[in-house]
Amino acid sequence: MGNLVEIRGVTKVYRRGRETIEVLRRIDLDIAAGDFVALMGPSGSGKTTLLNLIGGLDRPTAGSVVFDGHRIDQLPSGLLSQWRAAHVGFVFQFYNLLPALSAQRNVELPLLLTRLSAAQRRQRAEIALALMGLGDRASHKPKELSGGEEQRVAIARAIVSDPELLVCDEPTGELDRGTADEVLALLQMLNRDHGKTVVMVTHDPKAADYAHRRLQIDKGTLVDGPCPT
Amino acid sequence: MPDVKYFPLLWAGLFRKKIRTILTWLSVAIAFTLFGLLQAVEVAFTAGADALDAKRLLTTARYSVIEPLPLAHLRQIEQVPGVTAVAYGEWFGAKYQNEGHAFPVLAVEAERYLDMYSEFTISREQREAFVKTRAGAVAGRRLVDRYGWKLGQKLPLSSEIHPKADGSTSWEFELVGILDADDPTVRGNTDVVWINAAYFNEGRMTGKDKTGWYVVRIDDPQHVRSVAAAIDARFANSPDETKTQPEKEFAIGFARQIGDIGALVVRILAAVFFTILILTGNTMAQSIRERSHELAVLKTLGFSDRRITALVLAEAILLLFLGAGAGLGAAAVLLPALNGVTGGRFPPLLVSADIWGLGAAVALVLALLVGVPPALRARRLMIVEALAGRA
Repeated sequence: MGNLVEIRGVTKVYRRGRETIEVLRRIDLDIAAGDFVALMGPSGSGKTTLLNLIGGLDRPTAGSVVFDGHRIDQLPSGLLSQWRAAHVGFVFQFYNLLPALSAQRNVELPLLLTRLSAAQRRQRAEIALALMGLGDRASHKPKELSGGEEQRVAIARAIVSDPELLVCDEPTGELDRGTADEVLALLQMLNRDHGKTVVMVTHDPKAADYAHRRLQIDKGTLVDGPCPT
Repeated sequence: MPDVKYFPLLWAGLFRKKIRTILTWLSVAIAFTLFGLLQAVEVAFTAGADALDAKRLLTTARYSVIEPLPLAHLRQIEQVPGVTAVAYGEWFGAKYQNEGHAFPVLAVEAERYLDMYSEFTISREQREAFVKTRAGAVAGRRLVDRYGWKLGQKLPLSSEIHPKADGSTSWEFELVGILDADDPTVRGNTDVVWINAAYFNEGRMTGKDKTGWYVVRIDDPQHVRSVAAAIDARFANSPDETKTQPEKEFAIGFARQIGDIGALVVRILAAVFFTILILTGNTMAQSIRERSHELAVLKTLGFSDRRITALVLAEAILLLFLGAGAGLGAAAVLLPALNGVTGGRFPPLLVSADIWGLGAAVALVLALLVGVPPALRARRLMIVEALAGRA
């Protein structure tokens, strides 16, 4: 399989008042379609920043981000939003579900951007929730769900529009070991059985074991060699 | 603008903090109730004047419109040069069924009044029936529709001003005709009942052979002032002096006796809506600030800046329209009670289609004023900063 994501010479610099902070420094990275990559590194190393660039949530200060042969770092804001909606699913550490909506409605959110009818949206959301083993929790609000269930709803939302890429930022950071393993197994299943490319930021070596490969990032650069376990 | 599929999202955003939203909605509803009530008063006093004929004059007692004039004035007014027709009428002051159902009832000389007000339409048969039926009455189309009256039915009316000779205040008439109008502005004046002056004069306890006013048609609107002066000159220095003026002038002047209704209404409503603007604006701004993180999540899912802006604006519009709808609805329910209080002396108060339309326009303007600043803030929200809690 070819590369789904190609990053060349990416640098990201932030300004905080008068201070300039170089968070990423000339990163080169290829992620093949169908890969499962774990990004690891100490706090402040730039992992989340790199993830944000891969997911089209931010733009590099220099360099290029290519997705399936198309440069996404140069897309205007509106087109970048459309690209994200079509190609990327996001899973966050703190789930980021809308508290006033039911699980069903949360999962349907990305589908509001499509031309699907209400019935079709409902059906797709039901399928996604069933895949996550939450078919009977569709009408529950996030506050009525456990942490693991909330994260599974978030994963259902991430896959409901069938994106090629799943971008996961510490998806098990708030979960106990058992629940974390369940969530990671789901991500592994989506990668193995449904061909999703997964890029996951994690501090947890056990979580990284689910990935095909690990990448270590430190002080804004990728470190060569095997990642410490 | 977002379509209906976004409604659950809008509703969830609006009622994220239920109590705050309900209190804001309530304050908007109260403001629009006041708007509906005041606008109905303003329209009632100024409407109808435009529908009046420029060739009609109104002759009343010189010093007070409630003083009656002798019927004997009729022949003298008819003889004034420039006068082509004269009709007369009197305020009956009636209630129908109970205090809440008061509308203008006029005792008129049937043929003269129907000829004078030819902008009203009535079938030939019904006109003849009104002229011939002593206790006959004709009612305006709007009243007939409102109460579901049928031709031939009895119409019991009680008059607090004109008791019958036997002391009772209950009069009974037979509905023999319906007044209508092709012109919508004239149709707005069909909240009225006319009864026969002769029957009324016969049965009344006091004020026999008197009338409330004369309506005079002249040959040329250019002669309005001269004919009016000539009529008044006829009765100058008599016990029953008159004041004659164009009918439209009388209608507007009558309203102005209460005060400049229009200016008063505008000032009150301006103060009310300014307060609503501040209150609702603060609520919306606070709500959007609290939801920066949620809006950033929507952006990560692919909601564009433009779509987020539209959603925030739509939320403001939904809140204002829910409040305006409830407020105008409450005004529409309250106004019949106010009609009862006026005893039908003033034009019927109601929340017309125009008032609903104006209310919708005001609600939209308020919504935009309230919604644009937070919508722009939401538009400018940077995803990464907001997700990190730094927005």
